[in-house]
Parts: sequence; structure tokens; C-alpha cells
Amino acid sequence: MTRGDRLPPAARAILDGDRRALARVISQVEDQDPAADAVARALYPKTGRAAVIGVTGPLGVGKSSLINLLVGQLRDAGTTVAVVAVDPSSPFTGGSVLGDRIRFERRSDDVGVFFRSMASRGELGGIAARTRQVARLMDAAGFDVVLVETVGSGQVDLAIRDVASTSVVVLVPHLGDEVQTLKAGLFEIADVFCVNKSDLPGADLARKDLAELVSLGAARSAWTPKVVLTSTTQPSGVDALWTAISDHEKFLDTSGRRAVEERRRLSVEIVELVRERVGRDLAERLDHDPDLRGLLDEVVTRKIDPSLAADRLERGPPARR
Amino acid sequence: MGRSVKGAPIRVLIAKPGLDGHDRGAKVVARALRDAGFEVIYAGLRQTPEEIVRAALEEDVDLIGLSILSGAHMALFPKVLALLKKEKAGNIPVFAGGIIPDEDARRLKKAGIRAIFGPGTTLEEIVTTAQRLARPAA
Repeated sequence: MTRGDRLPPAARAILDGDRRALARVISQVEDQDPAADAVARALYPKTGRAAVIGVTGPLGVGKSSLINLLVGQLRDAGTTVAVVAVDPSSPFTGGSVLGDRIRFERRSDDVGVFFRSMASRGELGGIAARTRQVARLMDAAGFDVVLVETVGSGQVDLAIRDVASTSVVVLVPHLGDEVQTLKAGLFEIADVFCVNKSDLPGADLARKDLAELVSLGAARSAWTPKVVLTSTTQPSGVDALWTAISDHEKFLDTSGRRAVEERRRLSVEIVELVRERVGRDLAERLDHDPDLRGLLDEVVTRKIDPSLAADRLERGPPARR
Repeated sequence: MGRSVKGAPIRVLIAKPGLDGHDRGAKVVARALRDAGFEVIYAGLRQTPEEIVRAALEEDVDLIGLSILSGAHMALFPKVLALLKKEKAGNIPVFAGGIIPDEDARRLKKAGIRAIFGPGTTLEEIVTTAQRLARPAA
């Protein structure tokens, strides 16, 4: 223990490797319990050490199975690893079935690994509103690598790039022709492409399409995304996948991109937090604050349009009563 | 405050200890709990008591549901309870479902399994019991 240490007990426990404490504070962060703020704040200076790797891609491509194999490989090499796996919440009931753990096979006494399932809780973009903060807690707990598995992504679920330093986009053969690879969105965020289920026919064609895609962009960027073939049924390619991820992490350091990207991600995080708080506060006041209700009434009765109402609010909402 | 902590979803682990592969019941219950707003961590088949307890702690669940049809409940359920106690997590309620003879059910309840659902139990009964076990005050 360091001297003169005024850390909150839960923060101290997390730093000391207490996994129960980590699990509990993760729940508090997920629930946006104010009790977690002091802990997260105290831990923040101790973070930034772990490699946060995102694994995204459409549903059913084998993200969870790949993560299981990646974890095995990392553990064999003595690397500690935490996983946060996000699955969708129902927009109707708020409930969810978090099933990524099924693929996870680890010795139950291995303290070098930690797995947490997380519901998206209404957030779009492929992760939950608090996934970034949960990954950060795992970082503080001392894990070398944090793997973030997104929900099965669509073409525009790109939030992972605001959390992870390396994003792996997992695809399978026959997801579409090469025109799909030209489309904006998912294909733009990959630092590494992984063609999983490469034992199926069509894997080589998919690899060729992706190789062509990355070669088209190569002139414009210092990093050319790697394309890796993997299979999880008869495990193959997982070492190549990790090598590709590590290569990108090294590139971030040698090129100076890491600092630039980290700065961008933190800026995004601050903006998101402000948007969330201001939005929540404003929605509440539009409901209850008499002055703001009046403003809303004017919009409802078509006296002013929503944009003008927003202008007025931005200039300075009437003082809170 | 938006989502108050009081209204936070209940997290429940649904797991099948033992070697039988009959997971339909566990899946139906997982689905019903999901529809009731629970966050269900579905751990799946053939879990050892050690794996179940580890999952419960990492996932920080409010509740554990075990399903078994192999007949090994008298060996496996008390093991789960003992491991939870050993980890100072004996306060996490455990309920169970499957083919469990009445006499065994009595003994398991005495040992600390909080509710046991046999064939014919309605999903509604399971959901309300799970809610009561996870949030006794509510």
C-alpha cells in the first residue's frame, strides 16, 4: 500500500485485486449509482495502461467464440485479460438475455481472467452507455488486456471506436458481394478484419474482397488494416489474429497516433457525458419547470418551431426555481 | 436522476449444473425473466458448481437459478450453496427447477435453496418468486 493513501475503500480493493469489489463497482457504474463516482475518480489516474481491444461484427459471426480462443491464447502467454461482452436490452421490457458467457471456457480458479456480461440498456451504437467506464475499471484492476465484445452490429454501430484503441471487425464468408465493402460505416472502423468460419466455402473470396478494400485505402492512411482468416470450430488463425492486433497497437505507439486517438476518445466521452446530463436535466425541466413548460406549450401550439425553442434555451434557460 | 438505482434491472444467473443436456426448461425460464425486465446471464449447460459461483460473483448477480434434470441435485445444489458461503456470498438467493422428488425438495429447502419449481409451475409464479427473492423489500 502506498503511504498517506486516501483512496475510497472500494478503489483500494480494486487496485489490490479484489474481484468482488470490481464486480460490485461495475454494477454501480452500470446503474449510474452516484456512489461509484468517487471510486471511478480515484482510480482514473491509475488507468490508461491496458490495451482495450474491441471485437465487433454482425450477429452470429462468432465473436464470443473468437474471444474465448483469444483469452486462452493470452492466458497461455501469461497475459491477464478481462472481457466485457455487451448484448442488447429489450426496448419493450428493458430485459435481456446475456448469452456470451456460454462460449467462455476457463479454469474457474484462474484469477488472471475476468468476464462480465453487460446489457446495452437502451443505448444504440453497439455498446452500453457505461461500457467505456467498465473497461476503465478493468484497466485499473490491473488487467493487461481488456476485450470489449459489442452487440451484433449493423452497418452503423460504430461506438466501439470511441472505446477501443484497436477495433477488430469480424465477418464471415458470403455476407455480401464486394460492393458491401465499399459502403460507409462498419468497414471504415476496422483496424483488423477477421474472416471467421474460414472453414466454410467462400472464405478466400471474402478475404480477397477485403484485401482489395484495404489496398484502396492504403494510400490515404499510415495504417493498412490487416485481414486475417480464423476458424473456431477447428481452431486456426487465432495467433495470427492476435499478431495483427498487436501490430496495430505497436503502430499506434510508433506513429504517435495513440495520443491523438486517446485525446479524440476522451473528448467524445466528455461531450457524451455533458449531452447526457444536460439532456436529462432539460427533459425533466420541460416537464416540470413552469417557465420551460411555457416554452414547450408555444411549440405545441405551433407559435414557435422546435429550432427556435432550442435557440432560446441555448442562449440561457430561465433560472431554475 | 434518470434511471434511479432503485429501478435498476435485476441481474439473474441461469445455469445448468450437471451432465444432462435438457436445457429447454432453463431457456424458457430465461426468456420469461427477460420479458419481465430481468437481465439474465445465461451460463448454459454442464456448469460445475465452481463455474456457477465464479460466474455469479463476476456478474454480481442478485439471484441464481439452477436447472437440473439429471438427478444429481442432492450432490450439486448443496455444493453450490457451500461454495457461495465460502466466498461470503451466501446472501445471494438460489432457486431451482427440474425433476426433484418432494422429499429431496424438502431437504434442499432446509439446506438453503429458497424456492424449487417442479413440472407444471407457471412462468408467472417463477417470475414473481424471482422478483420477491431478489428484492425482498419491493
